[in-house]
Amino acid sequence: MQDLSTITDAIHSFLLSFLPGWLTTTVECVLIGVGLLLVYALLALFYIYYERKVCAAFQCRIGPNRVGPWGLLQSFADMFKILIKELIHLNHIDKFLFALAPYLVIIASMLAFAVLPWGNGLQIIDFNIGIFFLIAVSSIGVLGILLAGWSSNNKFTLIGALRSGAQMVSYELSVGLCIVTMVCLAGTMSVGGIVEQQSDLWFIFKGHVPALIAFVIYLIAGTAECNRGPFDLPEAESELTAGYHTEYSGIHFGFFYLAEYLNLFIVAGVASLLFLGGWMPLHIPGWDAFNNIMNYIPSVVWFVGKAIAISFIIIWFKWTFPRLRIDQMLSLEWKYLLPIHLFNLVLMVCVIIFGWHF
Amino acid sequence: MANFQDKIAKLFPQATIEGDNMPMISIPDNQWHDLALALRDDEDCRMDYLVTIVGMDWKDSFGCIYYLMSSVHNTLVSVKVTTTDRERPMLHSIADVWKVGCLYEREVYDFFGIVFIGNPDMRRLFLSIDWKGFPFRKDYNEENPVSIENERQSDLTYNYVELPDGTVEKKEIEVFHPGDFVVNIGPQHPATHGVLRFRTAVDGEEIKKIDVYMGYIHRGVEKLCESLTYPQTLHFMDRLDYFSAHNYHHGLCIAIEKAAGIEISRRAQVIRVMMDELSRIASHCLFIGTYCMDLGATTMLFYTLRVREQILDIMEKTCGARMTFNYDCIGGVMQDLDPDFQKDVKALLAVLPANIKEYNKIFTGNVIAKNRMEGVGYLSREDAISYGVTGPSGRASGWACDMRKLQPYSIYSELDFDEITATEGDSMARFKVRMKEMEESAKILSQLVDNIPEGEYCVKVPKVLKLPVGRWFTLVEGCRGAFGIYIESDGSTKPYRLKIAPPCLPLAGVVDHITRGTKIADLITIGGSLDYIVPDMDR
Amino acid sequence: MEVTTKSMPYEAFKDNEYIEKLVNELKESGTNVIVGSLDKLINWGRSNSLWPLTFATSCCGIEFVSLGAARFDMARFGWEVARASPRQADFIMVAGTIVNRMAPVLRRLYDQLAEPKYVIACGSCAISGGPFRNSYHVAKGIEDIVPVDVFVPGCPPRPEAMIYGIMQLSRKIKVEKFFGGVNRQEKQREFLAQHPVEGVND
Repeated sequence: MQDLSTITDAIHSFLLSFLPGWLTTTVECVLIGVGLLLVYALLALFYIYYERKVCAAFQCRIGPNRVGPWGLLQSFADMFKILIKELIHLNHIDKFLFALAPYLVIIASMLAFAVLPWGNGLQIIDFNIGIFFLIAVSSIGVLGILLAGWSSNNKFTLIGALRSGAQMVSYELSVGLCIVTMVCLAGTMSVGGIVEQQSDLWFIFKGHVPALIAFVIYLIAGTAECNRGPFDLPEAESELTAGYHTEYSGIHFGFFYLAEYLNLFIVAGVASLLFLGGWMPLHIPGWDAFNNIMNYIPSVVWFVGKAIAISFIIIWFKWTFPRLRIDQMLSLEWKYLLPIHLFNLVLMVCVIIFGWHF
Repeated sequence: MANFQDKIAKLFPQATIEGDNMPMISIPDNQWHDLALALRDDEDCRMDYLVTIVGMDWKDSFGCIYYLMSSVHNTLVSVKVTTTDRERPMLHSIADVWKVGCLYEREVYDFFGIVFIGNPDMRRLFLSIDWKGFPFRKDYNEENPVSIENERQSDLTYNYVELPDGTVEKKEIEVFHPGDFVVNIGPQHPATHGVLRFRTAVDGEEIKKIDVYMGYIHRGVEKLCESLTYPQTLHFMDRLDYFSAHNYHHGLCIAIEKAAGIEISRRAQVIRVMMDELSRIASHCLFIGTYCMDLGATTMLFYTLRVREQILDIMEKTCGARMTFNYDCIGGVMQDLDPDFQKDVKALLAVLPANIKEYNKIFTGNVIAKNRMEGVGYLSREDAISYGVTGPSGRASGWACDMRKLQPYSIYSELDFDEITATEGDSMARFKVRMKEMEESAKILSQLVDNIPEGEYCVKVPKVLKLPVGRWFTLVEGCRGAFGIYIESDGSTKPYRLKIAPPCLPLAGVVDHITRGTKIADLITIGGSLDYIVPDMDR
Repeated sequence: MEVTTKSMPYEAFKDNEYIEKLVNELKESGTNVIVGSLDKLINWGRSNSLWPLTFATSCCGIEFVSLGAARFDMARFGWEVARASPRQADFIMVAGTIVNRMAPVLRRLYDQLAEPKYVIACGSCAISGGPFRNSYHVAKGIEDIVPVDVFVPGCPPRPEAMIYGIMQLSRKIKVEKFFGGVNRQEKQREFLAQHPVEGVND
């Protein structure tokens, strides 16, 4: 397995060779920031295209194919247009909060983006509470949505925001418990540590029954976390026109639009980190030849590939299931997912204590 | 029949009864409410379904013709009530006898300015509150230019009450309570199936009251018909409920042919019935698709549209259009069938069962779909009849109201098909009834596809068609329920009055009743399951 | 300069004279290289990303649904992102009859759209009132209510005709100018000055 940290270390020492230490750090921060933004934007654009194509395939259609080769430039065209579209100034709204909300949403997803393990040695920051940090920052997004709904001074957005608040707060519990379960198995909260733990076998195989239950629940709760069908109540198109972002236009709407897809990637990325080994290739104990071949595939490909595969499942949900009603959605969480998962946590602890895992 | 006529004559000596098959009772206005109660509750009458109210302007007097039907005895009766006061025409309301009456009376008030004493909600229905004049009066000549200024909104409605001394007092009533949180849904909203507007008072997510606003696509088709000759009126039928274009055409053609005494050939009848059933399948397909889309399952729409496109292809080959066919004409049909017609229909019948199975697999069995639909929007049989909810929605409440069985027209009496009814009365039942009706329509098609008789497709009809003086009322089964056509002729080439009784108007009228206490999301479920078409209710 | 789309050769379009006129107008006004190429980039983005508003009043709306379905698949051109909120849509496809009561609503929707905004009058009802022209409650065309960019005749127009109509709109966008005078937007401002609405305040 090629360790990408050699490249980053090389850049670091190259910069240090002619710059003082504090300037090196500054330059690196800027470089990482720019790189992050770039990857963020490109990934979001790719996801928009990806979803449109997948959705078209489910619906026996072709999907975008006119702009650029195979329609690849379609989402770029969309972004150009959104960038220069008019920002409508509304009267009778809370102007400050109205302008703040989209930034909160996008900052939340960008911060969560920072701790994802992109590849072997390719992680922006790896500290001992990495996964905890991820849960914490991704919750800021709810605040943005609530503010967007409230400040728009529109009844539809208000209902959308309230729905969203109820939904996010409830499903955060399940997501949190899933993560706790897997952290128990890993014994560490550091993202790098979790990935390292899976070098012999991915957690979904290692933790067998409780890990599988946690994986399924995580997928359901994660879908709800990123407001996607069948849990897309906050922006339920047929009920609330566009939900909490009804009044947003231009690039402010673009932020919501991008963040929606990025959250999908983050949920899928965390799932691949916790259950499918992050960037870790598929290793099976005893099969050394197989393991070595797997090591030849670059770690970035492993991570992004897993995330895209899991997002495919989440997109599949959206284009198959009808939407839940608000009370059904809440009862699903509080009456089913939460109790099941509390039990699952106990099960996982038993598995670890008695050493039943592989 | 004779039994109840005697009874009426005994109870209401002032009433006159003419006609045998579809008797018309004329009664003075002050006894009308008592007669209405008697007609509804008497064992021999049981006229519990108000089909329509036809407002009339006979130049010297105003009046209403009420068409009533019995769900027990399957008889049709009409009642005529008139007033000679042209300045302040007033009649007594029967909104408390038949619940749908409230909506129909508002329509008559809107068009003719006849005030109904006792109606709890005497507002305009289709036109805005600042509209000048009453357009269906024969002496209407007001100018109402198109304005782009927002329409004035009022939360007040009126109730006219008769005081003991005989004078009538106008009372103001607030539509909503002062503290209500009113959300405006529509007219531009993805889930209202067009341009219907609901003002919804909500408590959190729960609906307290819905005030329905119509008229955002009111085109005055009935009034337009009065200035056109009979063959010219036909093409409007395509543009009311554009999914049952063939069925509506069929209805108007039957009415005109009945009046003019034209017999049409067997071949034309078979073709008409086949086209009706094809459009029923296409319409229900689109219903399933849009309904699932309303519930959030967008993909189903694309699967159901696949079958619809196949049907449109069949129709396009014969009729030459994808939507507004204008195919049925007086005396038969416009053109002969396409040579491929039988082959295409057989191909459709071959793929349809597999498709229906697929829809059931994808959607009907889905646990989320079940939770969203089962028990949501319950409508009892009594309410269905009282609110005049016909078609698949009424049948889902257990009311066998299929006009193809009750008032068989064309060749339906010879065909072997079942009337699908369900007893649950919820959204799921309405969905399933439509699903099964597709199978029944396929059954009819398979009986006919190999038995299209030879013969002429259109009989000779006089170039200038004049109907004798008189009035005719016909009911046919559209894709969404009973579609009534009332024609009154003064002997000229143009109808004196042509009234369309659409099935979708009562469907919209019942929304408030069945959504009380449900969630906002249920409004979408219920509205979708009722499957109203807004241009049909607005006309 | 041939203004065309990838999907259709230039000769296949019917009213090329009109586009030529716009191109000449554009050439005469002149511009520098940097602004010109930025303009091109912006127009490329705008013309390839036309998001419709979900708006339908009658029959034509159903054909618009068919347009989204598998056979006609407007997603190929990137038009399938139908937004329910006018703030995020690019053009209104006025599909169906506009009656007196709907006219203020349509105007309001148009005012709520964010710039750049376009209108396609789809079907004979939206163009002239169609078969209902003589009615007491029908607007005789939407031209007095909102400025129209493209007319698509038919009752209802076939989905192919709608595709052609939106392509024409996309061609018109290609000869727009973002910096400096914009030939289309000037007409739009003129129109709005002639048809002011007092009640709308949002």
